[in-house]
Amino acid sequence: MTQDAIAGALVLLLLGADAYASFFVAPTEATMGPIQRIFYLHVGSAWTGLTCFLICFIANLLYVFRRRPRWDWLGVASAEVGLAFTTVVLVTGPIWAHPVWGIWWTWDARLTSTFVLWLLYVSYLLLRTLIEEPDRRALFSALFGIFAFLDVPLVFGAIRWWRTQHPQPVIMGGPGSGLQPTMRWVLLFSWVALLGLMTLLLRHRYRLEAMRGELQMIEREVEGA
Amino acid sequence: MSLISNATVLFGKELRTEFRSRELLTTTVVFVLMVVVLFSFTFDPSSTESRRFAPGLLWLAFLFAASLMLQPCFLREQTNDTLSALRLSVSDPFAIFLAKLAANTLFLLITELLMLPVFSILFNIPVGSVVGSLVLVFFLGSLGISVTGTALSAISAQARMRELLLPILLLPLLTPVLIASTEATAALLDPAPAFRRDWIGFLAVFDIVFLTALWLFGEYLLEE
Amino acid sequence: MSAPIDGPGIRFDKIDKRYGGLYALRRVSLEIANGECVVLAGRNGSGKTTLLRIAARLVRPTSGTVTFSGEVGSDASRPAPVGFVAHATMVYDELSAEENLLLFGRLLAVRSIAARVAEMLSGLGIYERRGSLVRTFSRGMRQRVAIARALLHQPSVLLLDEPATGLDSVSVAWLARTLKQLRDSGCTMLMSLHGESEISALATRAIRLDAGAIAADSAAGASLRSILSFNATP
Repeated sequence: MTQDAIAGALVLLLLGADAYASFFVAPTEATMGPIQRIFYLHVGSAWTGLTCFLICFIANLLYVFRRRPRWDWLGVASAEVGLAFTTVVLVTGPIWAHPVWGIWWTWDARLTSTFVLWLLYVSYLLLRTLIEEPDRRALFSALFGIFAFLDVPLVFGAIRWWRTQHPQPVIMGGPGSGLQPTMRWVLLFSWVALLGLMTLLLRHRYRLEAMRGELQMIEREVEGA
Repeated sequence: MSLISNATVLFGKELRTEFRSRELLTTTVVFVLMVVVLFSFTFDPSSTESRRFAPGLLWLAFLFAASLMLQPCFLREQTNDTLSALRLSVSDPFAIFLAKLAANTLFLLITELLMLPVFSILFNIPVGSVVGSLVLVFFLGSLGISVTGTALSAISAQARMRELLLPILLLPLLTPVLIASTEATAALLDPAPAFRRDWIGFLAVFDIVFLTALWLFGEYLLEE
Repeated sequence: MSAPIDGPGIRFDKIDKRYGGLYALRRVSLEIANGECVVLAGRNGSGKTTLLRIAARLVRPTSGTVTFSGEVGSDASRPAPVGFVAHATMVYDELSAEENLLLFGRLLAVRSIAARVAEMLSGLGIYERRGSLVRTFSRGMRQRVAIARALLHQPSVLLLDEPATGLDSVSVAWLARTLKQLRDSGCTMLMSLHGESEISALATRAIRLDAGAIAADSAAGASLRSILSFNATP
């Protein structure tokens, strides 16, 4: 229990430091002003979300080939946490865009791809609710998860190509806008802090799923007796 | 006995079943027609604007139609548990997928080719000069839809609400196909037609990636 | 059909099958010799269907292996060299009897397929209806097509899961005759049955399953008749 408290405190500290860095250490961006600071949360969440989905992919592969329930638990935990971070990306995008451009959504390449990513993993979780038998649910959602992850680079690639041919305002600055060194450090630190949060959330969600899984197994055993 | 001969035999069965009843083809063609007509009410189809929207809505119609047409693919093997009979009879389970995805690609292609003249007339877009290239784009796009659709239909057959589930699983996954096919088709239908090797190559890559994935994981998709 | 190899026809080695927390089969180990006709008895839910489907390699066991004589090691990636008959007919309703058999025959690379199919159809008494869609057949006739499908490639092992369900007495008698012929020509048979009948009378061995484990085996001294009669109430 205290291990959890220490971990939680550490993550809180990291996030606090990150917030401080985002607001006070990073220089104000020339053209966009203070609202640009949300960039550190936006991009950090995007990278963390993708990290979660990578973990999900690996867990899915491990389940298909090893069939141990723990890989299924990790799969659903990482999909949910990944979806949470992806939602943050989708929310911070418009929050940034509105003061700067006056519009909420621009179908910017990265944001659009993130939206599709979000839909894919919502489908993954939806599929899980529609298969009752636990082994079957684990196997078939893992197989879908594998297909979904293989699709991710294709989605991002296609949308980016498409956007270079039909350009639109790019939300977080295109390839041309360089990052000052301080900004780069703050971004990296943001990512580390968010990875810390991700690990914490994953552990808790995994544990919850493990307990649920074991409870279900005991229930079935009792029912069968 | 070999993968190819098994797949050929099963492909023949898929064709025979479909051409006997023609239910899949008929309903799919009618559905695409309806979607295209309905879509055209959302903008002015006679204007020059229509050229910009038409390819996209055509492919969107194909996608919707496919996500409905692909549902019975594995569901119909559940009726008398013929899937088990197939699993007992073929040496490589991939033969089952190969046959079904080939049949599905063919059915989609037939639908698309039937729709092409209708589409050309409705939107006043001449297609004569680029038919060959259009068929290539239709083929690669349909292959991508079939490969993923066949795989996912094996998954959705295991779940409840499968009628709604297959489109939900399939449509986001097919975003790259929608974009690439639309761009390639639009370029061909332009007054100055262009053969977009990049988008067509991209479609081919998509097809190869998912064909490989299906080959690697097919046997697990058939598990009970 | 002869039994070419002297040795176990089917070997189940420590088969476990779990669905979540539920054990459908618990460490089942069993050796069935070539040519044996084994009846699996037991209540509903005792694991008979699961055991048969695992033998057919349609269901993957949680642990343990199934081996057939003639195979080197348990190659679970290859289809099992068996004929399988279940309650579902496993044939296509929208194809004719002949088309169904030709289809499966070709998949299994049966030699002289056309002749073999004709032979089976007449042997089963459905030659005249061979061009009719299976959808138009009665339950009894469908079961005949199902059995034809199972025997097409002359398997030396036949697995049957309650094959007499839904059959009228004429069909049951016909089935019993057919299975007797197969047994006498050396085919190894493993079948699950409900209650005593002409078919259960063919058994050379009976095994009772209870809650996923072997409760009695006539080869281990238990009375064959008592196992079969115990089975009378499903």
